[in-house]
Amino acid sequence: MAVVETKALRKEFGATAAVDGIDLVTGEGEYLVLLGPSGCGKTTLLRLIAGLEHPSDGDIIIGGQVVTHLPPRARQIAMVFQSYALYPHKTVFANIAFPLAAAGVPREQRPEKVRWAAGLLGIDRLLDRKPRQLSGGERQRVALARALVREPQVFLLDEPLSNLDAKLRSSARDELKEFQQRVGITTIYVTHDQVEAMGLGDRIAVLNEGRIQQIGTPDEVYHQPANTFVATFVGSPPMNLLTRDDRLLGFRPEEFLPASVMGERSGQAIFDFSVTRVENLGSDRYVYGHLPEVDPEAKVIAKLPSTVTTPVTVGDQLPFAVNGGDLRSYDRQTGVRIASGGAAVKP
Amino acid sequence: MTVTEGSAREVTAAPRRARYLLDRERLLGPALVTPAVVYLVLVVAYPLVLAFLYAFSDVTTGSQSLHFVGFQTFIAAVKDPVFLTSLSNTVIFTAASQFLVVVLSTVLAFVLTANFRGRWFVRFLVLMPWTTPVALSSVIWLWMLDSIFSPFDWFAQVLGIVPPGGHIVFLGQSGLAMGSVIALQTWRIMPLATVILMAGLSAIPSEVSDAAEVDGAGFWRRLFGITLPLLSPVMTVALLFGIVFTFTDMAVVYVLTGGGPGNATQVLSSWAFYKGINGGDLGVGAADALFMFPVLLGLAAIMLRLASRAEVG
Repeated sequence: MAVVETKALRKEFGATAAVDGIDLVTGEGEYLVLLGPSGCGKTTLLRLIAGLEHPSDGDIIIGGQVVTHLPPRARQIAMVFQSYALYPHKTVFANIAFPLAAAGVPREQRPEKVRWAAGLLGIDRLLDRKPRQLSGGERQRVALARALVREPQVFLLDEPLSNLDAKLRSSARDELKEFQQRVGITTIYVTHDQVEAMGLGDRIAVLNEGRIQQIGTPDEVYHQPANTFVATFVGSPPMNLLTRDDRLLGFRPEEFLPASVMGERSGQAIFDFSVTRVENLGSDRYVYGHLPEVDPEAKVIAKLPSTVTTPVTVGDQLPFAVNGGDLRSYDRQTGVRIASGGAAVKP
Repeated sequence: MTVTEGSAREVTAAPRRARYLLDRERLLGPALVTPAVVYLVLVVAYPLVLAFLYAFSDVTTGSQSLHFVGFQTFIAAVKDPVFLTSLSNTVIFTAASQFLVVVLSTVLAFVLTANFRGRWFVRFLVLMPWTTPVALSSVIWLWMLDSIFSPFDWFAQVLGIVPPGGHIVFLGQSGLAMGSVIALQTWRIMPLATVILMAGLSAIPSEVSDAAEVDGAGFWRRLFGITLPLLSPVMTVALLFGIVFTFTDMAVVYVLTGGGPGNATQVLSSWAFYKGINGGDLGVGAADALFMFPVLLGLAAIMLRLASRAEVG
């Protein structure tokens, strides 16, 4: 177990900075998720930490040792790749044993370690197979076992679930979380899927354009987005943003409910919601429309759980409400959150 | 008029026009295959059948009369002492040049897939021998290895390997002549093998090499544990091509040494040519050439197996 730290880390490809000055410190044994859209620099950051890319500037510290210029094999890290990158010509056993051989573990000690790692992931019976004979889920476990067998200080996972089908993905997510809690190794996990990020991370670092936009617990990132990028990237559907004077007013679709359902509370903001479309998804209803009195330009979505049975039809103009505490304000120019937000009254 | 829902008001017969002719698979398939079949029959099957016919006959360049003589031509071919020399020369020529090709083209493929300035120019230079007509390149080499004007002699003189004014005489000594022929064949086949191996190298997913690096493997372990094993199927293909091209080749020998000195560089194909065409004994020449047939048949079988396995894999 070790702490991973990056200091003013930069990586330029030609004229563009894929990683643009990132300072990051993980906790010991922490599960840190790097979340961001494609091209935000999250995979580059992971590859820098792994030592597969050389930083243009800045430092990487693992377990108190500066490793910036050390090759991957000197960093005591293990990485699981998006494609799993199993060695196709080797059996599962030889795949898992490969890092042991590379680390100079004597040949007679390897089977025991391989069996231990395979046992942890429940793939003991697959040891004689070749990777092409395995299913996607099995390959992922082999990749994890291969990463685990050397007992690394740090686990780096690069979108390990994105190659699995949707059904398998959610069960694999459970297993990953449980597995990490059992081994307790510091883990950095890259994903573009916010559901994975929310479900797995002790903390989430949201990245965009090579910079960290916000780092915090899933709860903080979801409920107190630091800027409009985080507000709209995290959450599905994204946060509603209304322009008012020099500010942007933000509230989540599920916080925007018919006034009749909310009941009257102090500090509540009530808007007339002009409905243009209703989508019934079974568990929820998505209601699309706009608020003609406040910002007729902005599209607004309300997410009504199926327990809210208020009839809503296209063309209606209904009073909807947001609790004062759920209203955030952002600077219209910079998109940065204004701490005093929430003091909104009916216009 | 009432129309049942979903039914068309009018039904027109499908036009049977010429422009739809090629959309019919029963016509399109044969149409696409025919050129290849014609080519194979004219250029491969017809000469092969002729070779078999000639090998069992007393045909000569002077007379077109075909009399069946059984295995007499084969017995005559084997009894000639040059035949065995040619056979062993062919094996040495093929094995030595292809060993060199595999080793050198693998190294070259690694170099040319790496990133460096001016890579395109080096790639261009490496491909040159392959695109140069063999007659032309052999003539250039003939001059390079000339007994008096060879530039190699000049280097050898400067380096003190031969006395000032001395000559190595590459093509006049049996060992050096064989070495020269092997070197030229290696130089000719290497570009093709390199291109095949470069394609094989770029087909190895970069994440697999990255994984090996993260797993702690150094350069040699990555090379021998991961990269070369993954490259070996492609390497086999390159090797088989090289063997086929070399085993049957007579161009290099013909231009460079003419089989000499003596018969020191005589190979089966050149011997068959000298015996059958220059010597006029078409029957024995064909019999000589047919000794290559089982080897090529075996190689072809291996190649077909590899190809079908690649399809399944």
